[in-house]
Order: sequence, then structure tokens, then C-alpha cells
Amino acid sequence: MSGNHHDHLHTHDDHAPVGATEPRPEYARLERAVRELLIAKGVITADDVRKQIELMDSRTPAMGAKIVARAWVDPAFKTRLLKDAKAAAEEMGVDTSNSATVVALENTPARHHVVVCTLCSCYPKAILGVPPAWYKSSAYRARTVKEPRKVLAEFGTFLPEGVEIRVVDSTADMRYLVVPMRPAGTEGWNEDRLAALVGRDSMIGTALATTPA
Amino acid sequence: MGGIEPFASQPIDRAEHELSEFDKRVDALVNLLSHPSRALMRVDEMRNSIEAMPPEEYDRALYYEKWIHAVAEIMVAKDVIGEEELVLKLADLKEEDGEEA
Repeated sequence: MSGNHHDHLHTHDDHAPVGATEPRPEYARLERAVRELLIAKGVITADDVRKQIELMDSRTPAMGAKIVARAWVDPAFKTRLLKDAKAAAEEMGVDTSNSATVVALENTPARHHVVVCTLCSCYPKAILGVPPAWYKSSAYRARTVKEPRKVLAEFGTFLPEGVEIRVVDSTADMRYLVVPMRPAGTEGWNEDRLAALVGRDSMIGTALATTPA
Repeated sequence: MGGIEPFASQPIDRAEHELSEFDKRVDALVNLLSHPSRALMRVDEMRNSIEAMPPEEYDRALYYEKWIHAVAEIMVAKDVIGEEELVLKLADLKEEDGEEA
């Protein structure tokens, strides 16, 4: 998208289209036409489409949260996750056969990661499900690389001055999963309890894991 | 898009949005067609097609409207779907919708 000159020129609000729900009739017909022709040709089946939608619906950030919680309690798993996140996700039962390379980035007291896709909306869907609308918005994509601290503040995430913020830009071939820091006060917690502290945004980097009250 | 105006000066709309059935079907088509077992399209081809949309339409189109535009274009370019049969099919559907074909 950044290689495209025209999309930089318009001035109207670019957020609304991302969030609007129903397509215009001509696009609804285009989808139906393409789908029915592909099915008639045997390229795909109606069942393939249904199963793919079921798979999409089954993918939620809860899977990512389970992976993060495992990494918090199992140092050997964390090492494997940071070395090859796809393989580690497979270990946890995620089908990553249609996924680009996924790189897990560990947040530390000295360094915080936040993920953006300036080109389009690349996201580790196999692990986190579909991206939130704001992740696909022009404003998030334009601003995160320019003023990450300010963007994080808008998300209610305030990092101490000394913490380095590293912004990583996703591509079609490489997606990122942020491993947030384990909150204090969770010593001895089991994985299920820990996973409940790991929200979607903490794995994108716009939030931290929830600190227990 | 990094740092590009006017977006770099806009607030981020943090509202959460559900996907429509249309959105899900388009997403499913892209995943099915790009799966290694079919390998009929790639994400770079999709982006190329989307970025080549006329500026006014690019600005107007929804996220998944852009996606289905790209899927259709790529399927026709690769002759998986004939251009003529797509045009005929769309005319049929338009008639079904009660619009003049």
C-alpha cells in the first residue's frame, strides 16, 4: 500500500470503510459469482468454504494466550518458541500449514515490541485469529512507526522512559507474535490462570499482560 | 503507509468490528486458493491487484471488497475463470437481484 501514490492524497476518514459491515451489491455478486464458478469447476467445494470459515471462527487470541502462558512456565518451550514460533505453535496443536514464518519477540524490562503492518494487514492469523479493525486502519499503520510511544499511550499503555520500543513491520512472509512480560504477583500460577492474563493486544504489543488485582 | 500523511495525523479508531458473512467467505476463498495444495494465488499478487485499483474505488472500497476484487482479477488472469463466463454470471446474478442487467 505504501508504494501506491494515490492513497496518500485523499483526505477523508479512512477508518469507516474498515469497520462497515455489508458490502455493496456489486461486490456481493462478485463474491458469489467467483465462489460459484470455482465450485462448478471443482477448484474448491462448498464444503471447503464452510470448513474454512469454521476454522477461522475457531481461531481466537486464546490460542496465542496458551502459547504465551506455556512459555512463561516452561523455559525449554520458551527457547523453542523464540527459535521457531511456527514449530512451537504446532506443538500446541495449531495448524500452521498455510502460514508465513512467525517470529516470537520477547518483551523484557528493557525492551518492548509493538507490531504493525505498514504495507497492508499481515498478522499471525493461525495463532491470533483475525486482526482487529484498528490494526488494518491507515492511522495505526502510519503512526505506529512514527510515534509508537504516543500510539501506545492512546491504547492506555504507558512505558517508562528508559524502555526501548522496537516497532516491527510485518510482511507477507513474516509475521510477529509478541510475548509480553509475565506480570508480578503470579508466582506459582498454573498455565490456565496465566493465560487469562494474556489479552490479544498484549500479543500485538499495544498492551501489557494484565496484572492481577 | 509508515509516517504517511494525512494518516499519520489521524486518531486511531479503536472500535472492534465483527466480520460479516461476506467478509468470512472472501477470507475463506483467499485462504483456500492460496493454500499450498492449490497454490492459485499469492499475497503479493493480491496486493498488486489491490494497489492497481482506480484511486476513487480504492478509497471507497471496503477491506474485503478489495480482496474479492483481487481474487476475481487473479482468477481471470490465470484463466482459472474465463472473463466471459464471469461477466455472464454477474449479469445473471444482477437479474436475480432485480436490477437491469
